[in-house]
Amino acid sequence: MIPLSEFAVTVEFGATIDLRTNELVLAFTAAVDQAGISGLLEIVPTYRSATVYFDPLLTDAVTIMKDLRALTMNATATPSRPSLTHTIPVWYGGAAGPDLPDVARHARLTPEEAGELHASVTYRVFMLGFSPGFPYLGTVPAPLATPRLPTPRKHVAAGSVGIAGSQTGIYPQASPGGWRIIGRTPVVLFSLHRRKPFLLAPGDQVQFVPIEEEEFQQLSGEQA
Amino acid sequence: MPTKPPLIHVLHPGLFTTVQDLGRCGYQRFGVSVSGAMDPWALLVGNRLLGNPDRAAALEITLHGPELLFEQALTIALTGADLSPTTNGFAIPMWTVVAMQAGSRLQFGTRRQGARAYLTVAGGITGPMMLGSLSTHVRSGLGGLAGRAVKKWDQFCVGPAPRTAAQSIGRSLLERYRPRYTKSPTVRVMPGPQSDYFTDDAVQLLTSSSYRVTTESDRMGYRLEGAELPHRASAEIVSEAVCVGSLQVPSNRQPILLMADCQPTGGYAKLATMISADRSLAAQLAPGDSLSFRMISAQQASELFRSHHAELDRILPPCCS
Repeated sequence: MIPLSEFAVTVEFGATIDLRTNELVLAFTAAVDQAGISGLLEIVPTYRSATVYFDPLLTDAVTIMKDLRALTMNATATPSRPSLTHTIPVWYGGAAGPDLPDVARHARLTPEEAGELHASVTYRVFMLGFSPGFPYLGTVPAPLATPRLPTPRKHVAAGSVGIAGSQTGIYPQASPGGWRIIGRTPVVLFSLHRRKPFLLAPGDQVQFVPIEEEEFQQLSGEQA
Repeated sequence: MPTKPPLIHVLHPGLFTTVQDLGRCGYQRFGVSVSGAMDPWALLVGNRLLGNPDRAAALEITLHGPELLFEQALTIALTGADLSPTTNGFAIPMWTVVAMQAGSRLQFGTRRQGARAYLTVAGGITGPMMLGSLSTHVRSGLGGLAGRAVKKWDQFCVGPAPRTAAQSIGRSLLERYRPRYTKSPTVRVMPGPQSDYFTDDAVQLLTSSSYRVTTESDRMGYRLEGAELPHRASAEIVSEAVCVGSLQVPSNRQPILLMADCQPTGGYAKLATMISADRSLAAQLAPGDSLSFRMISAQQASELFRSHHAELDRILPPCCS
């Protein structure tokens, strides 16, 4: 347990990206959500740690760390709720995936094969971060693990699917970004105009399905 | 019969003017930044002078102020940076409740002190709440006016003024409590979560020189330039939470001080965290200014957090919200 500031403390469960560590983080997060700790403002679970924000006028670091320590003891790596599997259609390559040729070259595959390989496994949502609804998914098949762009792009289109090392993710809205963009989905990950603004949650599963540009345009039209 | 809400019209937007309150709490786990006022202390003082709730939204005005037209009479207070505010040619006192006449204009001039001024209005700026806040976060398009900075011919509605608003005219923050914003302040920091990622002399290097605020600095964070802060090995960590005040150091060894719009998570080692009590000093800097750091313990930082808030409550008690 390490103080991040006067109003936040980080509880670490490991230093790597792995399933067991992340399950511990999410079990601990669920326990904290349930516990109703006095002065607690919010909790941010990540790959390997959870940061608890509190109001230092209502509680103090020593008290909150004692409350949290009791909960870490009980945190076990069992999923706290059944995980949802989301099917996400992706138009790989072309105008949608400007970095697919580079990723394919890195993997010694054709661009089409690289797209198929990316869609061949089911990914876990390890965490959300970076921007509203941005999922950090893992882990990509080893040949596709390509480092970030040396210089981030100023503009990445909404729905872009990217790779950064062993991670893959989806940009919910247009933004700058340094991940290698291999495709784009018409699925809207974040919208305030629906009952559930954030489509994905940590612990969920994501299955990508390759689609052609034509189907992408058609699905995008239906979303609009 | 409901009365028409008072309107403020934007005749000129200024450099970068946004709607801000105390921020968007509770959604960082979904990737949503807290945002909110860069200088929350200045916002709180304005709201409390007016008898507003602490959470009331205001306009955050950066360096070059906007020109605004008040369609109806409104009670306001300007806090934070002194950007030479005037109304119809007359200077407006800072940190003071002022009555604006219907049809009057508010303009700004040169930067005298600080970088960010707050236009607080009795009743607060109103608008559509997004995820519990009016704070504008431009990068994610949330809050304020469609998630963007103010532009020409925008207009703002103002909420019902507190009943005490008329009596508060002329109310002022005592001179001795007003912050002195400088262009080279020293801010206090506490050890960060990855201090052990840095060489033994890193803290010494951080605290014994001054850092320049580069032009790559905005509400998200300040890229600083100064003595290099060497890592023992890697600059990168598996992404975890970061917060306002975090001093993260990428592999180029130059620190980035995270500010109000910072993203909820990040993957660079964090050497230190600026304490909340000194956030105002940093918030009032502009590119070209500089800042120095002084290290204190986490324990001292916690005590300062409490005494800083207690002092504000003593000078200006919060109103019931």
